[in-house]
Amino acid sequence: MSWTRRALAVAWKDLLIEWRSKETLNALLFFSLLLLFVFQFTLGPDRERLQAVLPGVLWLGFVLAALLGLGRTFLVEREHDCWEGLLLAPGDKSAIYLGKLASALALMLTVEALVLCLFAVFFNVDIWRALPGVALVLGLGTLGLASIGTLFAAMTSQVRARELLFPVLLLPVQVPVLLGSVKSTEALLLGEPLGAVSHWLGLLVAADAIYLVAGILTFDAVLEG
Amino acid sequence: MRVLGWLAVLGVAVGFAAGLAWAPREATQGEVQRIMYVHVPAVWVAYLAFGVVFVASVAYLWQRGAAADRLAHAAAEAGTLFLGLNIATGAIWGKPTWGTWWTWDARITSVSIVFVMFVGYLLLRRAVDDPKRGARYAAVIGIVAALNIPLVHFSVVWWRTLHQPPSLMKAGGATMPRAIVIALLINFVGFALTGAWFIAKRWRLLRAEAEAIA
Repeated sequence: MSWTRRALAVAWKDLLIEWRSKETLNALLFFSLLLLFVFQFTLGPDRERLQAVLPGVLWLGFVLAALLGLGRTFLVEREHDCWEGLLLAPGDKSAIYLGKLASALALMLTVEALVLCLFAVFFNVDIWRALPGVALVLGLGTLGLASIGTLFAAMTSQVRARELLFPVLLLPVQVPVLLGSVKSTEALLLGEPLGAVSHWLGLLVAADAIYLVAGILTFDAVLEG
Repeated sequence: MRVLGWLAVLGVAVGFAAGLAWAPREATQGEVQRIMYVHVPAVWVAYLAFGVVFVASVAYLWQRGAAADRLAHAAAEAGTLFLGLNIATGAIWGKPTWGTWWTWDARITSVSIVFVMFVGYLLLRRAVDDPKRGARYAAVIGIVAALNIPLVHFSVVWWRTLHQPPSLMKAGGATMPRAIVIALLINFVGFALTGAWFIAKRWRLLRAEAEAIA
């Protein structure tokens, strides 16, 4: 099987399992919905204050969902005793990394798209105008989160205290991605053009590229035994 | 090894003497400024150590030599220690100078994020039972964390900045009096020797531990 075919096979397998069980998707969606309620309770009804913190709140929701969702990336294999199957897969392991990344990305983007709609409804935000830009930022930011998240989840699924270690490792590394995403979302929601946030977009692209290359090159060592 | 230890002690002693007694008192900040002789060398040595972590991690993934793994481990510990020293002295200096222990200024923030990244690295090291697997995982995290340092730096600088720009390493040369620069460089040499000594000591300890288990 070619490299691309193997990556696609892993992604297809994960998405099929998720489609049939909807285990992670349902829980993540419900969790994000609850987060919106919690944010509303903590921030209070004051419109002006809400407007100022909305982009941060939105990304906080995405990050919390990502910590839960991405942390589970390799637990399917653990729970169903298929870890050896991944290890025995022939050829370069980076295909498995990209496959896992693709399925995690698809899951995260689905959740984020739905949360964005709910967010617009609950907080009465007009996102249509800024939607293309926000979608671009969402894609770039989520790719950054998922590329390192997939790499780290493969490791933390094999260690003690994995629920604790995963966020402790992932969050500080993701600071550049989070700052870039929040700042550009903020500017775009205020009606600024994409050009005004081009430096942040450049940073996001650079971060994504570095993380992807690091993940592809080091994943062999992660999945060795 | 012992020679390195004594050299480190000598370097730091001469450095402190130079910084506390020989270098002139800074006109606007007063005596408080002398904490810089600890603060600035500490961060340089910390970043040097993280550079060593990166190189040793790459070397480990490439050749799988236990020595490279121990070097990365020891350097990460020393780097985290020196960076902690830098953050602590910065806070002590900040209180009388800026009027606050802590502020979310760009350089303080980026340095503390790097600190937290490497604390995570050390936590992961302790959480893996199989030493070989621990070494592989740590190497991957070490590489990602080191590559991430420039990204953290730029993102946080764009986010906000208040810190005074670096006084020594900038275009057009240093603006400080020569005596202060020399005292600073002596301290840097002393701290670098101390860092190297720590790393060598920890490297030996880690090897002894591995031999005791085997």
